[in-house]
Formats: sequence, C-alpha cells, structure tokens
Amino acid sequence: MSLVDIKGLDVGYLRHRTITPAVIGLDLTVGASEVVAIVGESGSGKTTTANAIIGLLPANGRITAGSAIVDGIETAGARERTLRRLRGSVVGLIPQDPMVGLNPTKRIGAQVAEAIKLRGGTDDALDFLSEAGVPDPQLRARQYPHELSGGLRQRALIAIALAGKPKLLIADEPTSALDVTVQKRILDHLSGLVREQGISLLIITHDLAVAADRADRVVVMQGGRKVEEGDPATILSSPRDQYTRKLIAAAPRLAHSGRVVPRFDVRGEDVPDAVLTLTDVSKTFSVSDTRRGRRGFNALDKVSVQVPRGRTHALVGESGCGKTTTLRIALGLESATSGSVVLDGTEISGLSWNQVRPLRRKAQLVHQDPFATLDPRFTIEQSIVEPLVSFRIGDRRSRKARARELLDQVALPASYLDRLPRELSGGQRQRVAIARALALEPDLLMLDEPVSALDVLVQEQILQLLADLQKNLGLSYLFVSHDLSVVAEISHTVSVMSEGRVVEEGPVAEVFTNPRSEYTRELIDAIPGRRADAA
Amino acid sequence: MTRYVVGRVLQAVVVLWAAYTLTFAILYLLPSDPMELQLAAAGLQLDSLTPEQLAAGKAQFGLDQSIAAQYWHHLWAALHGDFGISLTQQTPVTDLIGQRIGKTLLLSVSAATVALLAGSALAYLATFARWNPLRTFLTRLPALGASFPQFFIALFLIQFFSFQLGWLPATGSEGPSSLVMPVLTISVLNSSILAQVLIKSFDETLSQPYITTARAKGLSRSAVHLRHAFRNAVLPAMTILGVIVGLTVTSSIVVETVFTREGVGKLAQEAVLSQDVPVVLAVVTIAAALFVTVNLIVDLLYPLLDPRISHTRTRIDPEVVTAV
Amino acid sequence: MTAAVLPDVLVTSRRAGLFTTAHQLIRKPAFLIAVVYVLFVIVSAFAPTLFTSWEPYDTYPEQAMLPPGADHLFGTDVYGRDLWTRVLYGSPLTIKATLLALTIAAIAGLTIGIVSGFFGGRLDAILMRIVDVLLAIPGLLLALSIVTALGYGTLPVAVAVGIGIVPGFARTTRAEVLRVKTLPYVEAARAGGASWTRVLLRHILPNSWGPVAVLTVLDAGVAILAIASLSFLGFGAAPPAAEWGTLISDGRNYLVTSWWLSLLPGLFVAILVLSLNHISKTLQELTR
Repeated sequence: MSLVDIKGLDVGYLRHRTITPAVIGLDLTVGASEVVAIVGESGSGKTTTANAIIGLLPANGRITAGSAIVDGIETAGARERTLRRLRGSVVGLIPQDPMVGLNPTKRIGAQVAEAIKLRGGTDDALDFLSEAGVPDPQLRARQYPHELSGGLRQRALIAIALAGKPKLLIADEPTSALDVTVQKRILDHLSGLVREQGISLLIITHDLAVAADRADRVVVMQGGRKVEEGDPATILSSPRDQYTRKLIAAAPRLAHSGRVVPRFDVRGEDVPDAVLTLTDVSKTFSVSDTRRGRRGFNALDKVSVQVPRGRTHALVGESGCGKTTTLRIALGLESATSGSVVLDGTEISGLSWNQVRPLRRKAQLVHQDPFATLDPRFTIEQSIVEPLVSFRIGDRRSRKARARELLDQVALPASYLDRLPRELSGGQRQRVAIARALALEPDLLMLDEPVSALDVLVQEQILQLLADLQKNLGLSYLFVSHDLSVVAEISHTVSVMSEGRVVEEGPVAEVFTNPRSEYTRELIDAIPGRRADAA
Repeated sequence: MTRYVVGRVLQAVVVLWAAYTLTFAILYLLPSDPMELQLAAAGLQLDSLTPEQLAAGKAQFGLDQSIAAQYWHHLWAALHGDFGISLTQQTPVTDLIGQRIGKTLLLSVSAATVALLAGSALAYLATFARWNPLRTFLTRLPALGASFPQFFIALFLIQFFSFQLGWLPATGSEGPSSLVMPVLTISVLNSSILAQVLIKSFDETLSQPYITTARAKGLSRSAVHLRHAFRNAVLPAMTILGVIVGLTVTSSIVVETVFTREGVGKLAQEAVLSQDVPVVLAVVTIAAALFVTVNLIVDLLYPLLDPRISHTRTRIDPEVVTAV
Repeated sequence: MTAAVLPDVLVTSRRAGLFTTAHQLIRKPAFLIAVVYVLFVIVSAFAPTLFTSWEPYDTYPEQAMLPPGADHLFGTDVYGRDLWTRVLYGSPLTIKATLLALTIAAIAGLTIGIVSGFFGGRLDAILMRIVDVLLAIPGLLLALSIVTALGYGTLPVAVAVGIGIVPGFARTTRAEVLRVKTLPYVEAARAGGASWTRVLLRHILPNSWGPVAVLTVLDAGVAILAIASLSFLGFGAAPPAAEWGTLISDGRNYLVTSWWLSLLPGLFVAILVLSLNHISKTLQELTR
C-alpha cells in the first residue's frame, strides 16, 4: 500500500461564507521511497495539496470531499490530535522560505532537539545537522537563525524535518528563495539523503525542469486539477496535455533537450554604438553595518558596462552582487562614488536631479514587483500618461490617444484605460508598466528583474512582448536578472557579476556555451533541466 | 555595548531635561501675568497690595528676576530635589510629595502588576481560543475596556461594591480593602490597552512561517503558543511598558480624586484647581522621570532578551501613545 | 465587437466592487449600530429639541431626583431638571471641544509627520526628538499643565487635549509617508520625470491617508474621554453649562440614593467612545 493515497480530494477556502475550491477531484499516490513532484503555477492547488497531507490547512481551509490516507490514517476530517501524530514523525515539512522558517529567538540546536524529543528519541541534534550538510554543527547549534546564511538556514530546516525520522518529506518550493548555485547544492544533497535513507519525497515546485531533474514521477496541476502524470522522461518526450507542452516550451533547457540555447547569437557581428556606457563605476555605502562588521561597504568595484543600441545587455548574478545598484546608478536614481556614466553621449554622473531630468526621456525603468509598480489609486490611463503630464507633453486628448496606442503596443485592449491596478493580473500590470515606460519614446529601457515575480508562462509572454517591442521600436534594454534561463531568452550580450565586480562579459551565445570563469560555469550548471538529455 | 548604554542614558537625561523645560515654559510663559496668578494662588490680591508688599511678594516667589534667571534657579534647585514652596500650602513641595508618594506608588505598582498579568492572560487566551465566538468575544473585550471613562468605572464599582453589597469602603486609603477598587479601576484601562497591543502582536507572530515549522514538527497548539509564539509576540510589545506606567500615573489623578485617597494624584488635581504652579511642575517632572526611566530600562534590557538586536531604540506604537 | 462589450463589463465590475464593500458593511450590524449612534449624538447635539421636550435649565423642585422612566429617560437631578435633556444639551460643548482638539492634532501632527517623513535627514531627527519629549510627559499631565497655565473652560481643555494627541498623529503620518515614499510606483513616477511636489501631492499623500483617517476616528474617542476626564476633575466649562464630565461629577454626590445621575451620562459617553473605536477598527480591517 502507498504511503500517501489521495482519492477524489476536494479542498476549498471559506471566504465570505462561500467556499472557493482550490483542489478539485485530485487522485495522488506517493509510494515508499518514491520521489514525486507536483508542478504548477500559483493558484494551481499544489501547496494546498501539500498542506492537506500534513494537516496544516489554514483556518479557513476545508476538505469538502474525497479521502487522503497517509500511512494508513485518514486525514480528511481528522481531529487535530490524530493529525498531530502524523506530523513530524510520519510527514516532515521543509518550508518555502528559509529566511523566516526558523524561530528567531531560539538557538538552532534547540529547535532541532525539540523535534527529536517529540518522538521520544535520544539522538544528538548535532548528528542531524551534519546529516543535513551543516558544516561545523557544534558552532551552528549554539547560534541563532539570524547568524546563519539562507543556505545554512535551509539546511537547518532540513535537519529539523529529518529529526522526526519521517517516512515522507514534503519540500514546498524548498529553494526558490535561495540563489541558484546554493539551490542546486541543497537539492543535490536532499535527493542524496532521501535515496540513502529510503524516505519518500514530495517536491512542490513551479519549475517543471526542477521536477524533471529530481522526481521519479511528475504530477502537473492546473487550476486545482491534475492535468498530467507520469515519469519525467515520458512527460518530456511525449506530453499529452497542451498545458504541459507550454511549460516545456517555456523552460530553456527542457525545450532544447538539456542544453541551454540562447535565442540570439551575435558572435562575429558588428557591435553597434553604445547607447549607455558605464566606465569604472564604483559605489561605496558609507553606512556602518554592524552585522557585516565593516564600514564603507563596497557595493560596486570598477564596473564597466556597455549597452549597444538596439540590443539587450543583461546583468546577471546572485543577490548582493551589485546588479541592481548598477542599474540604479545608470538611471541616476543613485550616484556613483567614482566612475562615469554616459547616456546617449551625455555624461550624467555628478549632475543634479534637474539636470538629469531631460534625459529621463531617453531612459526609462520597469520595476520588478508588478503589484507595487502602479499607484493603486491611479487608473491605468493615469499611470500611463503620468510621464507625459510630468513633461507637459500634449493635451488631454492627445495624451488619451497616446495611452490607447501604448496599450495596443503592449497588447492590452483599450477598455483597460479606466481600470484600476487591482483589477489586473500580475502579467497585465507588468504590461502597463512597460507601456508607461514607453510613453516618452525612450531609446533605452532599464528592466529590473521584470519577470521574476511572474508565473513561468506569463514570463514567456512578457519576454516575447519585450522582444517584439525591441524589433518594432528599435529599443535597447539593460536587463537585470538572477535567472540565466531568462537571460538566455532575451539578451544579446551579458555581464556576469559577483561581489560588485564583472567577472565575465561577452555575447550570450559565447558566455553560455563557453564560459571562461569558474563562477559562470557554476551558474550555468545550476540551470535545471539536465534530465531532458535522456529524453 | 558600553557606548550604547552611555549614549542611551545620556539621551534619557536630555529628554527629561527637555520635558522639564517644556513644562516650565508652559507654566511660566503662557499665562498673561504669572505674577497675578501666583500671588492669587497664595491668597494675595494684586490691587490690595502696597508697592512694598508687592515687591516683597515678588521677591518671595523670585518673580523680580528675569524669566531666564528664574528658570536656572528652578532647574538648579530641582536637580537637588528642591521644587520650591507650594503657593497654597506654604510648605516645601518636596515634603508635600514625600508625604503622599508612598500611597501613590503602592497604588501604581499594584495596578501596573494587575494590568500586566490580566492583559497578558487576556491576550494569550484570546489568541489561543479555538471556538470562534469565544475568540471574537475575547478579542473585542479590550476595546470595551478602553471605551469606558475611568471615573465611570470607579463610580460604578463604588455603587456596586460599596453601596449595594457593602463589601468595600467607598473612599479613603486605610487598609488593603481600600486598595481593591482603585487598582481595579486603573487596571481595566491599562490591561485593555496592553491586551490590544499583545493580541495584535500575537496574531502577527502566529502567521509567521516558523510557527508552521513548529506545528509541522508535531508540537501541540499549546506548546507552539507557549514555546514559540509567546516570546516573539511579547518582545515587540515590551516597548509599551513605558506607556502603561505613564498611564498608571495619570490614572491615579482621576482615581485618587474619586476615591478620596490622599496621594500625589489628588495633590496634582488640587494644585491645578488652585493653580499651584510649583506643585504642578514637580508632579509633571516626576511623572516624566518615571516614564523616561522605564523606557530606558526596557531599552537596555531589550538586547539581552532578543538575540537579533544588539542596539535598539524604543519604538512606540502610535495608536497606544494617544491614549491619554 | 469585444471592445464594445468590455466597457459594460468594466462598469459592472466597478459597481460590483462598490457593492461588495457596501455589502460587507451591511453584513456588520455592529458597525451600522455604531454609525447610527454617532450620527444620533451629533444630530442631537445641534438639534436637541428633536429628541426632548424639556428645557435643560428649567427646575421643577417637585420632580427632583426621579428615577429613570418614560417621562424622564435618564431621571431628574436634585433641582428636578431632566437629565436626558441636560446630557443632550451638554453634547455641543464636548463635540466642539473634540473637533477643536482633533483639528489641532491633525494640523500639527500631519504637518510634522509629512515634513519629517518626506524631507528626512536632520529636520526629521529634530522633529522626532521634539515628539519624543512630548511623549515623555504623560498626556493627562501635559493637559493639566496647559490648563493650569491657560485657566479653565472648554477652549483650554480642547487645546490641551489636542496637543496631547499630536505626537501619535505625527508618528503615524511619518511612518505612512516613509512607507509610501519607498514604493516602486513613487520611484517609477520619479523616473518618469515627476517633480517631488507632484509625487507628494498625487502619490504619497493620497496613499498615506488610510491609516491616518483610521487613527483620527480612534483619536476622536480618545479626545472625548480626555475632555470628559478633565471636566470631571473640575477644569471644564463653568456652571450652569454642563459638559458630560461635569454632569457625571455633579451626580457623584448623590451616588448612594440616585445612581442614575452619574452612571447614565457615563454610559452615554462610554457607548459613544465604544462606537468610535468600533468604526475605526472596522475601517482598519476594510482598508487592509
């Protein structure tokens, strides 16, 4: 008999006295020592499923039909007492965000020990920490969560889950909050552990490539329903469902059977003149950060970047590498400590706000978070024409006409002009943000992780839109991203950044296929989807 | 760390000095004629005085000096524990307060303790209760407690416990039984405010992912509440301790007046009625000193209790502060 | 075709949005009762004759100290005056004082908060230190000092209470301005060439308004309590005008025999404050 046996499960959330279904008629099994991955976008019901299995649905969550038997015990409609016996000792949970997953006022060791004590064990917490791959466990056990890096915290959380000696581990987007290279190392370690100890693993992820790399069986969910199930090789080679096919097409490695194939290859082509040139830009933050224990933290160290006209140049690197600071300096939102920034032939470093202001018409920004990038009180039209109003361009009627035109360019119907941001989806908002950035007919768009908050398929659509706009309007992009697979989809050239320096630069086709630095190689290696090779 | 402690103590001293100066400015600069005010308070009529008497009167209260000189004189004296002489009672203010402060401290400390216990218990239960109607009731209860004027509660208690049941003395300050109703009156408001802040803090804490981690270990709800939520919820709420103490002190003005207890609060009420400026200044200064000291202690203790923070500044919830 | 259909859909969705908000409020009977009660107090303050046929200062010795009944809703006092009428006629004084206190707090608090949050830097540091000092003096004591200096009456009490509320206002406003100031849409507006004035007026202020409004309603309750306390202590309007606190204080002497003289006006005030608290809380939940 399977460890987890779910039949016809319906789960919904109670809001305003009506139940909104989140999972509909789900059948799912997880066998002993099996690794199963549930793949789906936000709202697909994947996390709800995981919560139902471990009995941790939110207070307004209701199982309305079906059964979910875990280790021979029915959890649908079970009492808290019954569920509690399952948690920890039968099902362990590795939560989504390691930064907030640990109690900030308890030492790591105590948090692990608590899980051991609960099942009446006498093992040493240190064993579990070292099992989870925490180096120097004696030291770490005495520390508090804030003294550990994100990767170490995730390992500590794995140690806590292991400490209950569960038969099943649920990993809910276990590493999406971490940097790609750390992600890969932790997932490798986790897969090794479960295979060694014969623990079943249920991976919840939005990334089909991650699922395909790690799981024995992949379940694809959409809108609360299971749309496809099977072993990864079969799914990748012959997906039956339309939706799965789209997901495969959106993952660069899966689409090209395990290889990363950049969309553009500009090797050997002439380099157009630069619309934006940063030369030896350095930035030192003078604030003393007691935690880092250093004054005058160097955010950027002699960074030089060029954005050729009509092309996309990407800045890629992990969090804290200085890519966003570079972008903000290029936009004049922050000033460099030294170095020069030349935008379309004009030196902007050292200029005052009012002196830079005319140059706003040449370079515009698209922000990362689609939910905060639009003023909630502005209609879409007001948001789009705001730059025109600021620069006193046109009158009411011509502005409205321009807004219609811009909406058309970003493929939104003109009827959206009167809507408020909250009536739009994340992807639609990002389209509006792009339309606003285009209002002044700039030469250059600075894109700060413009798709990282969006679902995979929406990402694909926005990237396509950006590519079309570039072709039609001759735009240049400075594209900041942590995600190499996104960079492969949009960029011509790339600068790989690490710790405030550019470690490698060149055409994407060259850098991605023939990386010179060790760091770049590691980054590329971390792009999931290698299993597609076999398929 | 030493640097932090010294800096924080200095800051407290500066705030206290500024509070004294502000109160001095209000009391000595605002009225049209401080002279008349003070002489009137001392029972002298300005018109009925001969120039010599006027000069003598002025000299007696130091009013013949410039306002700056008066300020320095008062500040210097206050630093030595001398707040001048009461205008109405012709006794040193320090003595007046000294005779009464014991009763007020007893009342304040008892009330603050009860409020702390009752407020925490209420918040704990309100966030722990699973049965929805009970949860809603307990969560709404503090809003009810904070809505009743303190004098109303006091009068209600007197009517009920003294006049109807005859259990407790309606007025006076003799014996422990006289303390029950005043303490109860003050605690209703203070525990309500504390509970409101704590409930909010508990709710925020309980929605944190690490609570899910703790529950996923298989811990019972009570264990999660006690071992994981409690400390994290109480820490940020500690910053309102100063406000609670300040409220306790101001509450004693109303409460001592209603229950006719001869404490500093009633002294303050009488001093305002008779415009006895030195007494008012002294009471305000002492209350401010208390508030500043409690905040200082909280600030200095906070880093010891919260491993994340090595230095902190008191953050006070603005919604709480406004409760006069 | 679709373009022609969409606007209709849009209008309904907007209306639906308003409708759900209204619907949510109707679903909360306690909120409705609270609003009705507050409105009743305000209306009765300015048109008391709608709700009572007695005169506040007419004495009827033969009707002295009557308990509450159909004729006299709140009973009568020692001079035979109708207490309900006196409570209603006492409303304008307290309401005016409350509004004055709130105006002072709003003007000063908003200014300090906006300036402090928006300009930041040294100015912010200085203003916040001043607020710290105001906070160090417990509210009622600060009010007492001001009353000592200015004398008794509704006006000094209102000023005193208003100043006591300023720090909370300033801090909340500042926190909101600081929060909104760093949001991406403000940065987007700046990147789009908008001036700081425009950003402040069109983005920061409208979006900071919510929590400040909630606090204003809450502070109205706090101000009423403080004003009642001060007039209870004897610092309010001179007789025979009667604020609520004065009425309660007067009734205190007859507590043994005629409890209603103190407790019913007290209840009247308490329910008003409770209503304001509840409205504030509901608004806070809705805007979240």
